[in-house]
Amino acid sequence: MQVSMTVNGDSHSRDVEPRTLLVHHIREGVGLTGTNIGCDTSSCGACTVHVGGQSVKSCTMLAVQAEGESITTIEGLAETARADGIATGEQNWHPMQEAFQQCHALQCGYCTPGMVMAATSFLKENPTPTEAEIREGLEGNLCRCTGYHNIVKAVQSAAEGAS
Amino acid sequence: MTATIEPTKGGFGTRMLRKEDPKLLTGENKFIDDIKAPGQLWMGMVRSQFAHATINSIDTSGAESMPGVHSVLTGAQLAEMGLWQAPLPCAWPVTEDMVNPPHYPVAISEAKHVGDIVAVVLCSDRYGVADAVEQVVVDYTPLPAVVNLEDAVDGKAMAHSDLETNKAFHWPLDPNPEGTAAAFANAAHVVKARFVQQRLIPMPMEPRGCLAVPSPAGGEIVFYSATQIPHILKIMIAATSGIPENKIRVIAPSVGGGFGGKLNVDADALLAVTLANHIGLPVRWTEQRSEGAGASHQGRGQIQHVEAAADENGKVTAIKVHLDADMGAYMMLITPGVPLLGSFLYTGVYDIPNLSFSCDGHFTNLTPTDAYRGAGRPEASYAIERIMDMMAHKIGIAPEEIRSRNYINGGEHFENFDAASTLTFDSGHYKPAHDRALELADMAGLRSEQARRRDAGETKQLGIGMCTYVEICGLAPSRALGGLNYGAGGWEHATVRLLPTGKVEVVSGSTPHGQGHETAWAQIIAEKMGIDPNDVEVLHSDTALSPLGLDTYGSRSLAVGGVAIAMAADKVVDKAKLIAAHQFEASPEDIEFVNGSFSVAGTPTKSVHIQELGFAAFTAHDLPDGMEPNLQEQVNFDPPNFAFPFGTHVAVVEIDIETGGVELINYIGVDDCGIQVNPLIVEGQVHGGIVQGAAQALFEEAVYDENGNITNPSLMDYLVPSTMEMPNITLDSTVTPSTTNPLGVKGVGEAGTIGSAAAVINAVCDGLSPYGVTDIKMPATPQRIWNAINAGSTGGAA
Repeated sequence: MQVSMTVNGDSHSRDVEPRTLLVHHIREGVGLTGTNIGCDTSSCGACTVHVGGQSVKSCTMLAVQAEGESITTIEGLAETARADGIATGEQNWHPMQEAFQQCHALQCGYCTPGMVMAATSFLKENPTPTEAEIREGLEGNLCRCTGYHNIVKAVQSAAEGAS
Repeated sequence: MTATIEPTKGGFGTRMLRKEDPKLLTGENKFIDDIKAPGQLWMGMVRSQFAHATINSIDTSGAESMPGVHSVLTGAQLAEMGLWQAPLPCAWPVTEDMVNPPHYPVAISEAKHVGDIVAVVLCSDRYGVADAVEQVVVDYTPLPAVVNLEDAVDGKAMAHSDLETNKAFHWPLDPNPEGTAAAFANAAHVVKARFVQQRLIPMPMEPRGCLAVPSPAGGEIVFYSATQIPHILKIMIAATSGIPENKIRVIAPSVGGGFGGKLNVDADALLAVTLANHIGLPVRWTEQRSEGAGASHQGRGQIQHVEAAADENGKVTAIKVHLDADMGAYMMLITPGVPLLGSFLYTGVYDIPNLSFSCDGHFTNLTPTDAYRGAGRPEASYAIERIMDMMAHKIGIAPEEIRSRNYINGGEHFENFDAASTLTFDSGHYKPAHDRALELADMAGLRSEQARRRDAGETKQLGIGMCTYVEICGLAPSRALGGLNYGAGGWEHATVRLLPTGKVEVVSGSTPHGQGHETAWAQIIAEKMGIDPNDVEVLHSDTALSPLGLDTYGSRSLAVGGVAIAMAADKVVDKAKLIAAHQFEASPEDIEFVNGSFSVAGTPTKSVHIQELGFAAFTAHDLPDGMEPNLQEQVNFDPPNFAFPFGTHVAVVEIDIETGGVELINYIGVDDCGIQVNPLIVEGQVHGGIVQGAAQALFEEAVYDENGNITNPSLMDYLVPSTMEMPNITLDSTVTPSTTNPLGVKGVGEAGTIGSAAAVINAVCDGLSPYGVTDIKMPATPQRIWNAINAGSTGGAA
């Protein structure tokens, strides 16, 4: 089947098997491998991207269900943010990417793209969260390295920077 | 050249932000599944659905006719093709008479556990290979299976039909049996316990995977693998496949966590490399999460029988331990050695003069066990720290009191302590960490709040637990490994190269998968050579770039690999000093080296930065007589001893006595890993380690049914903690330099895990003590806690 979508501002139209998962389409069809796959039960959130501005686990969606959608992946996060008027600093990063580095909120980095995408979407919905709200908001994204302590700190710090 | 020398940024103790992060934060870096080769075939495995069964026949015709399928191969066919020169390797035959039935990547006549590979499919398409695997029809005759460790010990059935026993080995460590016997005979108090170390699944967030790219005309093969051990893997591929070692290049790209789970020579990896080599096409494999849980290896899997003897003052005089260790169906790379790594730690941080230890390894028809974060040492730490609490409870003193009465050298600083286990602890100073942890936790305040809730009969009761752990890290002195019959050494390699333009390349044989080596190794160069860490590039995890190495596990990277880098940097500085002296027309003895600059003593205005000497060493136009060109030095550091980090942790849990619900509400860790290169990285390691240990205490267990099927292989059912289960963690540290290496560093990768399971279970048992509960089985689930409250005693722990 033919499927068309905008990924990080570029349009992509491709022929896919109807059963192709969105995450496989993004990684292997579009060729953006920043979005990772960590499980087969939609439990880990490593594959989180934004579909129409909302965070979605891209393994829970078929590519064909994203027909006509605008998708942002970790590779396009900073660019999309700048288009929304968010300052992306010296490194041309989204403030959440900066906060993750500043707070040492990543180790192996495998969950990181999904975690950052989930966290940015969460802060859009709740710009001034409490610690408990951050923990609740990121419950669907697993990390095996950090114990979450520094991830929570990074999201708090990004929220404080934005307010 | 300047007269004022600024201190170099980024030396030891700097909380430098990680050099690894930019690529990881932007999706630019490459994990294994991001790498492709033109014409690659996807590999899929047909796995046994029985724990133990005879393979009668395999019908591959349906799968062979599927679109894109290249071939479907059974174990018998692969054996005929002559792909294996030797079975899968076990590098640690712990005794001369250890039973180790040959284990080939694909079972030929008998499957030994659910997940054992019985056939392999190659297909041009990722989805197509999964379809084809479904179409392979295997006819089995089920055999009696051994599906838990108790049954293996009892010999109810045989895990291997051709063996008459499930017992693989008996390994004793009993330096002074008379001393232990006398201590028990004269004891005022004896405590006995049986602890179960449940099976755990490592579950790094990146599943396993590999890509083998052959060069049919040249005979070389490049093997990309999400592995912790590219160097060891290269040797083992050569030994098992017969592909000449000099034709194999192994590359570990960015690796998404390991925790021991990628410290193996897997059947899957060997299949990919040998098949690619045989057919002359690239072969790739990416594991499904639920596939890996039962098919790779698991950690722990032990039953510990522990006895402690103490005098009337609570001074512990002897520890006696017998372990029954579940090997699973096969001996993998270091399966039998894992429980023995803990043997030396059963006296913990205490001056206990007698230790009698023995371990029996048993086969079961379950997933093989092998390394998981801590590997043997969390189990040992758990046992001694639980039994200390039990002893305190029996005598009627506080947990902190019994520890204070037993610490080595009374908790004061010591060096080179000869423990009953025959190891020599490099250094320790247990009291400051102990005191600081109790202070940060506000132990007095917690106890008064606990008493208040108990008096008021509140639903939510507090439990407070502590643990003072010690771990063995910096694996390892090669001679010590030889003494344990391990099949390799424990050294590490480093090369430091000052390039013509003044930048630095460090080649390291240690292989990171999240630990931040590129940052820490650059900081070692900053400390030793006075060079900005941003001028340093670290080359690693590719056997062509870094041919010598023994990889990353056992909290060894800094304490062995980092020390090698520091020593190589010193050698570069020594040589550069001779060039500087030559340029200054001064004697080398008169040259000073401060913050990267050489100057002549007493003439500070005349100086040259070491980075400026790279070009002179490269052109070699005017070097001292007889000096070889270039500034490049290498070191293979073999540590003279292990390093022994330690710390005190306090866990606070809230237990709902009506539902059995338990919540970890506060956690304090005061750790001592010697000199710290980057405290930011140290804290991160401790955070993650604590959560993995706490998860063993409260959530995680690989559960098998009565037929040997794993019932919770996915991340939906296997409870890796999320943000919601973990509290914020309060950390502090003390610094007691190691005497094992010139940097005074120890290791910290496994420390958190080694301390936290015991602290959390001590807290749970403390909270339940008013209900007569003295022990609880891990994971301490709400159901187990509710049962314990309502049944009292051990709540079914024993």
